[in-house]
Amino acid sequence: MSRIAQRFSDLKTNGRKALIPFVTAGDPNPGVTVPLLHAMVEAGADLLELGVPFSDPMAEGPVIQKACERALLHNTSLRDVLAMVKAFRQTDSETPVVLMGYMNPVEAMGYQSFAKAAVESGVDGLLTVDMPPEEAGDLVAALLEASIDPIFLLAPTTVDERIAKICADASGFVYYVSLKGVTGAANLDIAAVEHKVEQIRRHTDLPIGVGFGIRDAETAQRVAAVADGVVVGSAVVNCVAENADQPEKINEAVCSLLREMRQAMDD
Amino acid sequence: MSKANLPDTNGHFGPYGGRFCAETLMEPLDELLEAYERLKHDADFQAEYDKDLAHYVGRPSPLYFAERWTEILGGAKVYLKREDLNHTGAHKINNTIGQALLAKYLGKTRIIAETGAGQHGVASATVAARLGLECVVYMGAEDVKRQALNVYRMKLLGAEVVSVTSGSKTLKDALNEAMRDWVTNVDNTFYIIGTVAGPHPYPMLVRDFQTVIGREAKRQILEAEGRLPDALVACVGGGSNAIGLFHPFIDDEAVALYGVEGGGDGIDTPRHAAPLCVGRPGVLHGNRTYLVEDENGQIIETHSVSAGLDYPGVGPEHAWLKDSGRANYVAATDTEALQAFHDLTRIEGIMPALESSHALAYAAKLAPQMDKDKIIIVNLSGRGDKDIHTVAGLEGITV
Ligand SMILES: Cc1ncc(COP(=O)(O)O)c(C=O)c1O
Repeated sequence: MSRIAQRFSDLKTNGRKALIPFVTAGDPNPGVTVPLLHAMVEAGADLLELGVPFSDPMAEGPVIQKACERALLHNTSLRDVLAMVKAFRQTDSETPVVLMGYMNPVEAMGYQSFAKAAVESGVDGLLTVDMPPEEAGDLVAALLEASIDPIFLLAPTTVDERIAKICADASGFVYYVSLKGVTGAANLDIAAVEHKVEQIRRHTDLPIGVGFGIRDAETAQRVAAVADGVVVGSAVVNCVAENADQPEKINEAVCSLLREMRQAMDD
Repeated sequence: MSKANLPDTNGHFGPYGGRFCAETLMEPLDELLEAYERLKHDADFQAEYDKDLAHYVGRPSPLYFAERWTEILGGAKVYLKREDLNHTGAHKINNTIGQALLAKYLGKTRIIAETGAGQHGVASATVAARLGLECVVYMGAEDVKRQALNVYRMKLLGAEVVSVTSGSKTLKDALNEAMRDWVTNVDNTFYIIGTVAGPHPYPMLVRDFQTVIGREAKRQILEAEGRLPDALVACVGGGSNAIGLFHPFIDDEAVALYGVEGGGDGIDTPRHAAPLCVGRPGVLHGNRTYLVEDENGQIIETHSVSAGLDYPGVGPEHAWLKDSGRANYVAATDTEALQAFHDLTRIEGIMPALESSHALAYAAKLAPQMDKDKIIIVNLSGRGDKDIHTVAGLEGITV
């Protein structure tokens, strides 16, 4: 069983939901990332989403756009991100790590070399925002060959037929984008999320993570009530941004947010 | 086999094109494709489009024999396809008229667009004003500075111009921001993409709306010369004016096709906007195509004196035409383009857009190498009024 499947299965046994924080690798500098990943696990994270910085993050709101810009000031590349995962794995062999980003850095590296390097570094899944299953045949093959889970997005506009098709290609978990918009938007409608998650469940037994628009303990709790995992991006990256010029305070800022969320979700 | 019957049903031109975008947009893109396929064959839609092209845009645009310039160049006869004479001053309106009609038939109430030089923004604001639609134009902060005149024109037309300060603050970032708007407001908003880029079906439908250029040019050159031209030359930013001219000639293999990219300081320097000349394939803005990128797949800031060519990607059909060998892609530097700008202004009394000046610069190299009985058609994609400040500034003159 993959690390992602194992983690969701353990959580289910314990009646808990996954807390999945997102940070951009290399933000605000490359030295921050690995200690931050460990700290987030300590604060209650079940899976980690590590953003691969990209020059043109089309699906991102201002918060994560700026995180990409800060990381790219240090030229944080996909290879650097893989090195960070490798370093993280030296003392954590259990927490699943999913890379999240855009296709072009993977294209530039080549699917096979990426998949090989990623699995050697201890990456468990890849989610590329701009890669729908229609285009992903070769990528999915390369990932599965290396035992990396291809994670796909589902959106409020995804119709039944597509949900079925996407779930057939997905493994690990599926990621439901809870709103029409970019990351960090504020127009989350929990009733609509609940409705859509039920619709998705009719097509798959995979765990369903929900992200976009989860900003605090309250929204985390409400989404956790209807999904299997809660992805928190901009709210976490905001804690990084607010402390970008005093990086020693980043871990505590992020962790206090995560602890609040963890507690609310477990209540 | 014809090279002109692409894309396939998934929007692929060989390995290029396709649909690489956020899941939220997949369904709206399908709706757009379905509506377009239906309306393309709808007599009322076509009649309305043709009527607008004739009476609002002022088509057909003339095919003008540049006799004096031809004489000075001393080689092939040079004809200019006068897209600069269109309403709003460039070829961009051929496309915005078509997409605005689609928006109307789809019942959308709000239009968004990205713009570099501001020509597409002006063309979008124009059709929005005419249809009474709300219009928001995204423009890189750098371009807002370079193209102040067009910014004011858009505002006069009632559009909101949003200055984009992320990334390199140019066209690519404006496109990112427009995509972000679209993904948020997809229910009531129609995104009018200004060039043959973006996810399928945009490269196809923008091309189809622009092929009026090539269809007219073909008819006009047959009338004027009784035969097809030997070469076509057009500048390539995203590639819409070029594909519009080229496409109706693709199966006429004897007609050479030259796309001219923004060479900036030179394609052997880091400052250029020439993905087809020196880039490599990757994925950006919804499609797979040639890109100006670094070894890690990050998109590099491009440079061209003309804002409309300052783009790190290019329409996927051009990527395919390059690989298949049907079209040739070359570059003209800033300096060469400026020289052509002055030459055409002084010799023919036609002030070209800086974008179009790149095509003219290459034609000025090509014509003397060809016999006098040969024929070149250059796409004069737009007029230079918008660039007067830039040109003056480069020459140290304040106007
Ligand atoms: C006059 C003119 N020509 C050419 C272009 C480049 O676009 P494309 O390559 O899509 O024709 C522009 C873009 O703004 C333009 O304004």
